[in-house]
Amino acid sequence: MTIFLNKNTKIIVQGITGKEGSFHTEKCLEYGTKIVGGVTPGKEGLTILNLPVFNTVKNAAQALSPDASLIFVPPKFAKDAIMEAADAGIKLIVCITEGIPVLDMLSAKKYVKEKGARLIGPNCPGIISPEEAKMGIMPGHIHKKGPVGIISRSGTLTYEAVYQLTQLGIGQSTCVGIGGDPIIGTTFIDCLAAFEKDSETKAICMVGEIGGSAEEEAAEFIRQNVTKPVVSFIAGMSAPPGKRMGHAGAIISGGKGTAQSKTAVLEKCGITVCKNPAELGITIKSVMK
Amino acid sequence: MKIHEYQAKQLFRQYGIKTPEGILASSEEEAIKASEKTNFPCVIKAQVHSGARGKAGGIKLAKNIDELKTFSSQIIGMELKSVQTGAESKKVRKVLIEQGIDISKELYLSITLDRASEAAVIIASTEGGMDIEKVASETPEKIIKEHINPVFGIQDYNLKNIAYALDVENKKDFCILLKNLYKLFIDKDCSLVEINPLVITKQNELIALDAKINFDDNALFKHPDIVEMRDPDEENPLEVEASKYSLNYIKLDGTIGCMVNGAGLAMTTMDIIKLAGFEPANFLDVGGGASSENIENAFKLLLKDKNVKAVFINIFGGILRCDVLAEGIKHAISKLDITIPIIVRMEGTNKEQGAEILKTSGLKFSVANNLNEAIILLKNLKTTVH
Repeated sequence: MTIFLNKNTKIIVQGITGKEGSFHTEKCLEYGTKIVGGVTPGKEGLTILNLPVFNTVKNAAQALSPDASLIFVPPKFAKDAIMEAADAGIKLIVCITEGIPVLDMLSAKKYVKEKGARLIGPNCPGIISPEEAKMGIMPGHIHKKGPVGIISRSGTLTYEAVYQLTQLGIGQSTCVGIGGDPIIGTTFIDCLAAFEKDSETKAICMVGEIGGSAEEEAAEFIRQNVTKPVVSFIAGMSAPPGKRMGHAGAIISGGKGTAQSKTAVLEKCGITVCKNPAELGITIKSVMK
Repeated sequence: MKIHEYQAKQLFRQYGIKTPEGILASSEEEAIKASEKTNFPCVIKAQVHSGARGKAGGIKLAKNIDELKTFSSQIIGMELKSVQTGAESKKVRKVLIEQGIDISKELYLSITLDRASEAAVIIASTEGGMDIEKVASETPEKIIKEHINPVFGIQDYNLKNIAYALDVENKKDFCILLKNLYKLFIDKDCSLVEINPLVITKQNELIALDAKINFDDNALFKHPDIVEMRDPDEENPLEVEASKYSLNYIKLDGTIGCMVNGAGLAMTTMDIIKLAGFEPANFLDVGGGASSENIENAFKLLLKDKNVKAVFINIFGGILRCDVLAEGIKHAISKLDITIPIIVRMEGTNKEQGAEILKTSGLKFSVANNLNEAIILLKNLKTTVH
């Protein structure tokens, strides 16, 4: 099985006529993803990639009853796009957009929660359930269906982990890019709980990075609730304090959120922490037996 | 984005928060002129983007004109090195001359984002004027916190909770000040507003003796007035140049330059350099959708750092295709006279075409097929670099 996304998930794309939106919609379709339409205000009635375009998510939802929405709108409009999707009753919202103001995300996240929807991201590569569906910007061909669940705050670093596994012949159940922002919709803990329940996931790989305390909270959750083996990697061992390392959330502030302190907490909770990123794949293999 | 204390105080005054009378000066003459308005004693405060300026000798109290002359000439032009600037020092170009204040009590007050509870949090303490992180670790009971619901905003009870916990006498004034501070935090998309200390004068007035404001970079598009406050003198020149090309670059102290796509992989690449026994010279994320021109600019930028003795290019092609990357590297290198070793590791979309472009370029690279090979190649540099 997979978590959150499978081959039957019906998806619309917000910002489908934009450069990024149309490019990645095509790639997702090629992967076999069930994208059924899109939204761009002012373009209702047009078709793109043989898909109908609507002015609003409400109109798209009435016509297509989608399960999920993939968002590619610029940061300025992202808060509105997320809330619009939640308001239209969409239950899975994946927001790729990087650069959304953090105060916008505070209220958007509250709203999504109130509507009972799940938001993945923002500032993330999206989610893929290999050989079923791809809802995001990751290169599909490096993935392979299999037993490892992956959760990551990073994009390309996730591809690295996936690629190493695939090279070793080990596939993935679902890979969730939860995003590099300080405020994100779906957390490590949400994904860990879902992977723990998923019968086909046999091991979990958790890729964290400096900043915040999400890894520490996840470590405690794993200790209490997760029976499956978990391997973790924390990026930013050599990152200096007080500097934002690309991701808005990747900053060591007030001496807190270092890779060293995260590693210590994870290890204390019995989680295997891989220190050499070149060995992520074989480390996961070694815990799977 | 950070701004100077005097700029933060301008914003405070716009929001009805009192600050001492102050005048900006960039020379001894200007400082003398300023003191005519502020009278003595007055405080001379170095305007650099760093806290802990007092301990670093950047803040002095002048009781008379002679002291003012001595201190202002000492501070203006000094290379300020504090616990917050790290190894790098900051040149003081301006000072703020402020009137002295009769202090009866010093408080701490700030608003920031609490990531764990996903809300803005007000932090207050009766231990004003101290290093608040130290207060928090040594006497956590002296830290008062109040979370604000992001949808409903600040309520009167939030204000009262803080005012009573601090046990300030002039509660009404304090509540008005805190409400205004929160309004500023929200209006301008701040990531931090901090008053340390917020003083209560002998006349029972509340005055922000210091001011620190940081802004959410992602929200700057909403605030052209804030962007105008940016002081390029406070930023690393290579970082300023990088931002022009929309590259995410941070200068570090090591010798191995690196160029990567994606922030997580870029941090990991720095870690790999460290694993191989070197220190990274920079963090550089060229972004997911980089063009070959971006790559060329990134490469040129890397090489402007004279500490760079070798370059490690680590790309996982997702959106950024490996052939685009290879073209960019080829152009950059053929235009520049590069003698230092270059290690390239490419993986992902159009890897074969990328490798072909590099191979037929006639340029010298070491190519790694995976991260382990990259580590070995880096370790081998030991004989040539140093």
